[in-house]
Amino acid sequence: MESILVQHATLFIALAAIFGLFMAWGIGANDVANAMGTSIGSGALTFKQAVMIAAVFELAGAILAGGEVTKTIRKGIIDVSSLGDTPELLVYGMLASLLAAGIWLLIATRQGWPVSTTHSIVGAIVGFGAVGIGIDAVHWGKVGTIAASWVTSPVLAGAISFFLFRSIQKLIINTENPVASAKKYVPYYIFVVGFIIAMVTMVKGLKHVGVKLPLDQSALVAVGIGVIIMVIGSIMIKRIKFDPEADRDFHFASMEKIFGVLMIFTAMAIAFAHGSNDVANAIGPVAAIVGIVQSAGEIAAKSATPLWILIIGGGGIVFGLVTYGHKVIATVGTGITELTPSRGFAATLGAAVTIVFASGTGLPISTTHTLVGGVLGVGLARGIGALNGDVIRTIFMSWIVTLPAGAGLSILFFFVLKGLFS
Amino acid sequence: MVRKSSITSMFAGSPVKPLQQHMDKVCECADQLPLFFRASVEKDYSSCKRLHKSISGMEAAADAIKIDLRTHLPNSLFMPMPREQILDIVRLQDKIANISQDISGIMTGRKTEIPEAVVELFIAFVQRAVDAAHQAQSAINELDELVETGFRGRQVDVVQNMIAKLEEIEKETDKQERKLRHAMFKIEKGYDPLDMMFLYRMIDWIGKLADVAHQVGGRIQLLMAR
Repeated sequence: MESILVQHATLFIALAAIFGLFMAWGIGANDVANAMGTSIGSGALTFKQAVMIAAVFELAGAILAGGEVTKTIRKGIIDVSSLGDTPELLVYGMLASLLAAGIWLLIATRQGWPVSTTHSIVGAIVGFGAVGIGIDAVHWGKVGTIAASWVTSPVLAGAISFFLFRSIQKLIINTENPVASAKKYVPYYIFVVGFIIAMVTMVKGLKHVGVKLPLDQSALVAVGIGVIIMVIGSIMIKRIKFDPEADRDFHFASMEKIFGVLMIFTAMAIAFAHGSNDVANAIGPVAAIVGIVQSAGEIAAKSATPLWILIIGGGGIVFGLVTYGHKVIATVGTGITELTPSRGFAATLGAAVTIVFASGTGLPISTTHTLVGGVLGVGLARGIGALNGDVIRTIFMSWIVTLPAGAGLSILFFFVLKGLFS
Repeated sequence: MVRKSSITSMFAGSPVKPLQQHMDKVCECADQLPLFFRASVEKDYSSCKRLHKSISGMEAAADAIKIDLRTHLPNSLFMPMPREQILDIVRLQDKIANISQDISGIMTGRKTEIPEAVVELFIAFVQRAVDAAHQAQSAINELDELVETGFRGRQVDVVQNMIAKLEEIEKETDKQERKLRHAMFKIEKGYDPLDMMFLYRMIDWIGKLADVAHQVGGRIQLLMAR
């Protein structure tokens, strides 16, 4: 049996790399626009800045903090010990999953359905696992946790965003001099952005890159990063030129300009978060395949995800962003009038924090849904002029439709591949 | 074809800007009324006709904004301002334009004359009613600031003060209306009864104008109280 794996080793790895790259390309092409939507929409970033921030921080997030979720996709959903002496089934299945999720995303995007990459790939893996290998091969407990996190992540993001927004209402917006208050407090928010992202990455992400610091040292480094970012932010705030004319028309124009600086850092955070969570959708299966093939059938669940695979994923996302994603980002246009930087900040940071934590704990969640949760949280605090309630319905639709679609396609491809190779 | 990202599609058009634009147009209508009454006191009927035409034009423009707002108002769960209240405010604002148009229409058609003895009271009354509309407009203009502050804190006090002022103006118009009716009563026997009837009706409508402006303020208070 092992002969199949040895015989076609190069072919399997090449296919895995190509399919994984395709998937990563799709994430960069379609998903990144959603992650960056609130940042550009609030007018805090120009299109060019958004693309550049996305490119740098998606890559950084994928490589520095993408390891945990990759591990989950790779060996958390399917119980590899149940494969026994047919390890090649996992190779077929993972290839089928990549192909299924990639094609399903392509179809859905063409049709304009907002589907989640995460849901597609998880649906696909569960699908081939349950049907192709056997019901018992699926870690249903883990799948349950993942499914639950799809509900809790938007709720958590909403709650964080709600309280973030209430805090800036209290400390800044509803004070006698909002501009002065903003100058005073915004640097601290910038610190929080830098600290949380750095902290979670240090504690949970970096071990995949071979760095492991004790907790107190991690905290120290995170504080250092937070302070550095805070200083940079303060300098940027000092250099803002205010326009008294704009204030006459809308009294909060100058205050929003200060939030614009904060939004730049929050945009970096969400790009990082997105890279750290969604890269796994593309490279988790690749890592699984490479792991099995290289150990020639021995499903050694020990080894960490090779760095080069993380780089393929991050690079693929940036490639998708550069070749196509920037067009999708451009549709956000010059800005959404309902979304000012203060709201954009609250919504985006709530989502970014939630996603980074999920990445740290290895839970694959949907960036788009989490961000929608964040926006709704600000909406609940009566912060946004009008929100389209229909989006919530489309989210439920995408849950109901994407899982069986991903599963069905992957089962189909699984049996095709199995037939081809045996 | 490049698809829009789904995050951006969740932001529906905020009704605040169109609401303000509508109010601006409506107030332009009302602004013509004092001019119209002055022209009609001077028996300058060609000016009256011209002013009525321009009121009608503005009323049509306001209507277009109103219809656009109604058709595009998101049927959404998450608005800081309930949909029904927005629609109610538009309806009230719309009345200001309609009343202005009706007054100028009837008076142009009937070449209504205003008796010497009540001219001053009449003009002052009209002017104050239009002031009420403007005060309501100022309050509506603060809606975007209210949304920005999430309907909390100091901004709410600012708008509350505006509405208190609006209430005062409305009370003044009530007083003026009583005075005017009394003055009319004293001289009405000396004029054509039908003309007098219609003049009384005009007084009704002008009073209504101030009243409607006042109601707009009341609706804004409801928005803030939620």
